[in-house]
Amino acid sequence: MAEAQNIPAGSTTAGSIAVAAESTVATRMSAPPSFDVADFPVPHGREEEWRFTPLERLRGLHDGTAEAGGGVKVDVSAPDGVTVETVGRDDARLGRAGKPVDRVAAQAYSAFEKAAVVTVPKETVLTEPIRVNIQGQGGVSFGHTVFELGAFAEAVVVIDHTGDGVRAAGVEYVLGDGAKLTVVSVQDWADTAVHCSQHNALVGRDATFKSVVVTFGGDVVRLHPRVNYAGPGGEAELYGLYFTDDGQHQEHRLFVDHEASNCRSNVVYKGALQGQDAHAVWIGDVLIRASATGTDTYELNRNLVLTDGARVDSVPNLEIETGEIVGAGHASATGRFEDEQLFYLMARGIPEQDARRLVVRGFFAELVQQIGLPDLRDRLIARIDEELEESVA
Amino acid sequence: MATLEIHDLHVSVEAENGPREILRGVDLTVKQGETHAIMGPNGSGKSTLAYSLAGHPKYTITGGTVTLDGEDVLEMSVDERARAGVFLAMQYPVEVPGVSVSNFLRTAATAIRGEAPKLRTWVKEVKEAMERLNIDPAFAERNVNEGFSGGEKKRHEILQLELLRPKMAILDETDSGLDVDALRIVSEGVNRVRESGEVGTLLITHYTRILRYIKPDHVHVFAAGRIAESGGPELADKLEEEGYEAYVKGDRTA
Repeated sequence: MAEAQNIPAGSTTAGSIAVAAESTVATRMSAPPSFDVADFPVPHGREEEWRFTPLERLRGLHDGTAEAGGGVKVDVSAPDGVTVETVGRDDARLGRAGKPVDRVAAQAYSAFEKAAVVTVPKETVLTEPIRVNIQGQGGVSFGHTVFELGAFAEAVVVIDHTGDGVRAAGVEYVLGDGAKLTVVSVQDWADTAVHCSQHNALVGRDATFKSVVVTFGGDVVRLHPRVNYAGPGGEAELYGLYFTDDGQHQEHRLFVDHEASNCRSNVVYKGALQGQDAHAVWIGDVLIRASATGTDTYELNRNLVLTDGARVDSVPNLEIETGEIVGAGHASATGRFEDEQLFYLMARGIPEQDARRLVVRGFFAELVQQIGLPDLRDRLIARIDEELEESVA
Repeated sequence: MATLEIHDLHVSVEAENGPREILRGVDLTVKQGETHAIMGPNGSGKSTLAYSLAGHPKYTITGGTVTLDGEDVLEMSVDERARAGVFLAMQYPVEVPGVSVSNFLRTAATAIRGEAPKLRTWVKEVKEAMERLNIDPAFAERNVNEGFSGGEKKRHEILQLELLRPKMAILDETDSGLDVDALRIVSEGVNRVRESGEVGTLLITHYTRILRYIKPDHVHVFAAGRIAESGGPELADKLEEEGYEAYVKGDRTA
């Protein structure tokens, strides 16, 4: 099921489907999930979950030496009916969607002073998005945010990261029964920023969670979008788009844990890479537990390598503990934009720059369509074009 | 009237032990409305001529001139040549991931025509051209050449030929790998474009089979990187009976 074509030198596209009595997704981590940073040993880089990450560029987020001191400017605009609160560490609403799974996520959870809780009451249907703008002001910051939708509530959330800094922050999405949440998380950081974040979604019975992760900037961006289902009938769509440039490390590590029955998940992540030492990592873990009968899941990662010198590591991993499912599959492919493709397009009169734009826009089109907000969609297309202009300059 | 003039063209490619000369002095003039068949054995340089005219970066021009209506083609970039009216239907069309056929065709037509075709007439134009070539409408939403069969790729090349209406069409072994039905459909497409009288056609082929459908005005035999013999359609009949042996032998003793 895993396919690979024209893989650039040094890249990997591996894939496995395992039928196991005991989940290796859980056991291959160096420590069980925990809220306490002390429960995780300091990683040295050879652990399964760290082997692709340049630890030396995490600015001490992984070994306890990063001290909070910097700041982020946070603007939240929420339509009427939405509650936005700043709460202390002991608030009972924190930590329900899932525990941190690695040392940096636990560091973030152990170090934040105040958390934000954004609540959409039950049966409230928002017509305008909730917008959270997080602007890095330099230095190290930790944070934690919870978005909670009551039963049958519907909302769109846009989380927009810009500016510079070193940030480790957790995000939780708690969806009540029948709730519908769409989240667009944009990582449009300055080129020197470091950002690590675990996103946990807890999807209620018959609820629908849609996530669109867009990563452009940063020196290192390492995200863990994760989904658990609180009851049967839930649905999760996880989309991702990344554009990895010279020297950037962008890592997306997904996990969908199917424990409840009759739930669906669909994962589509696509990335374009250009420039020397651009490095994209995509890990897609899906676990279908014995109890998750009637599961329907598919995950796909595609990468388009535009220049020499870039590297992709793409690892889809599907574990199935019951045969009583509707469907399960995965695919991963990494292709190069070749001189022959460029020649073909130019031989039809299309100038070189337009040809590259055509290919990259086309590649991302199905994901861009998933962003329902016109202003954000236009900005995204403009950013893609900007990235391409940079490659020529 | 558009005229393509090739004079004493020499072309090399980079090989393991230095540059290797493939074209050794090609002279050829193709006028609008004419059809020239270029026939020859494998390795004689036919495809090199096609790709050199289109400007493929793999080939280095070491001598000679190519002009289209007096304009220096060799000075132009690949896209400039296409916009000047040179079209190459490729033997092995390239897959372009992420780009749908409809998007590709419209972008190419916009580039060639200098302005975006009006959407309503364009949709109709494409639909009709696809129908004539027996192309399934669903084809328009597929990625360019991705997963196309050999016959689909060739029909897609001729679809572009019909829509882009070049001054000079170079068809590089468009007949190779086609069954009889596909060959007939593709040939009819080429003939529709030829009947306009506005295109000069350079039909490059190894076999005489396609010449039953597309009647050339001139036939040239290509051997050892140059034109070894030129004549009318009767030359193709001779090749059909005798093959290329005489030219290959002649090459060895030369």
